[in-house]
Amino acid sequence: MKAKVHVTLKEGVLDPQGKAVRQALGSLGFGGVEGVRQGKFIEIDLAWTDAAKARDEVEAMCRQLLANTVIEKYSIEIVEG
Amino acid sequence: MKAAVIVFPGSNCDRDLRLALERSSGGPVEMVWHGDTDIPDVDLIAVPGGFSYGDYLRSGAMAAHSPVLREVVARANKGVPVLGICNGFQILTEAGLLPGVLMRNAGLKFICRDVYLRVETTEAPFTQGYGKGQVIRIPIAHLDGNYFTDDDTLKRLAGEDRVAFRYCDADGGAANPNGSRDRIAGILNERGNVLGMMPHPERLADPMLGGADGVAMFDGLAAALS
Repeated sequence: MKAKVHVTLKEGVLDPQGKAVRQALGSLGFGGVEGVRQGKFIEIDLAWTDAAKARDEVEAMCRQLLANTVIEKYSIEIVEG
Repeated sequence: MKAAVIVFPGSNCDRDLRLALERSSGGPVEMVWHGDTDIPDVDLIAVPGGFSYGDYLRSGAMAAHSPVLREVVARANKGVPVLGICNGFQILTEAGLLPGVLMRNAGLKFICRDVYLRVETTEAPFTQGYGKGQVIRIPIAHLDGNYFTDDDTLKRLAGEDRVAFRYCDADGGAANPNGSRDRIAGILNERGNVLGMMPHPERLADPMLGGADGVAMFDGLAAALS
């Protein structure tokens, strides 16, 4: 199975890259963009077959390395197969 | 004073730091590779600037989990002074030895120029070579130097005299090159034996380099730890 992890900045933490992307989209003529938050997408191949166990392990990976929880939050999706 | 400099793949200020430490301490400096699990018995451990592990994932994140860092953390917890400069500061925050995080510069640009710092405390061995309130000129060279932490931690840092340096202008007035909260350029841990700073004192440690305001840090350390 696979884990799909999204790491993004917490609400309230200034995201200057997202802001710059938003401005660039505006200057390209995309008028409807109200906000952009930039983050990371990490895909992990897992040997486990138990989805609950996999989620626990990936949760620990996020806390210890994949996200810096001072400024970032994460979401985990476990995908079978 | 016996000192060790930790070297990671991608470190690029390790030899400048070694030279500055050698000149002030008068003794040899041990270079310790990131894969080592042991550090010689030293009075100071220095974590240099650079781009350890190519800044993969986040600046300092990979180095914070390298074998040698476990020993750095253990020594720091025993009270051994640890100095982290630039990437070294990023590594020490990622390793949990210092609070907060170094985010992307507010202006999104890599900044490489001399800045002015106000010395906010002289109670630590790292800053005892300066006068309190002294303004010094030291270069910065970073993309991720924008210090961020929550309001409570910020209050504690100020209240516990743990802000070592703040950015300022040549006259000591407010300046902020990278958007750091409270203009923080360097902080101490609770015990006062770990300093992390974004500016590079080792880069202005000889008049031939255009300035020598960094020397007092290394001389102060040598005096305190010999």
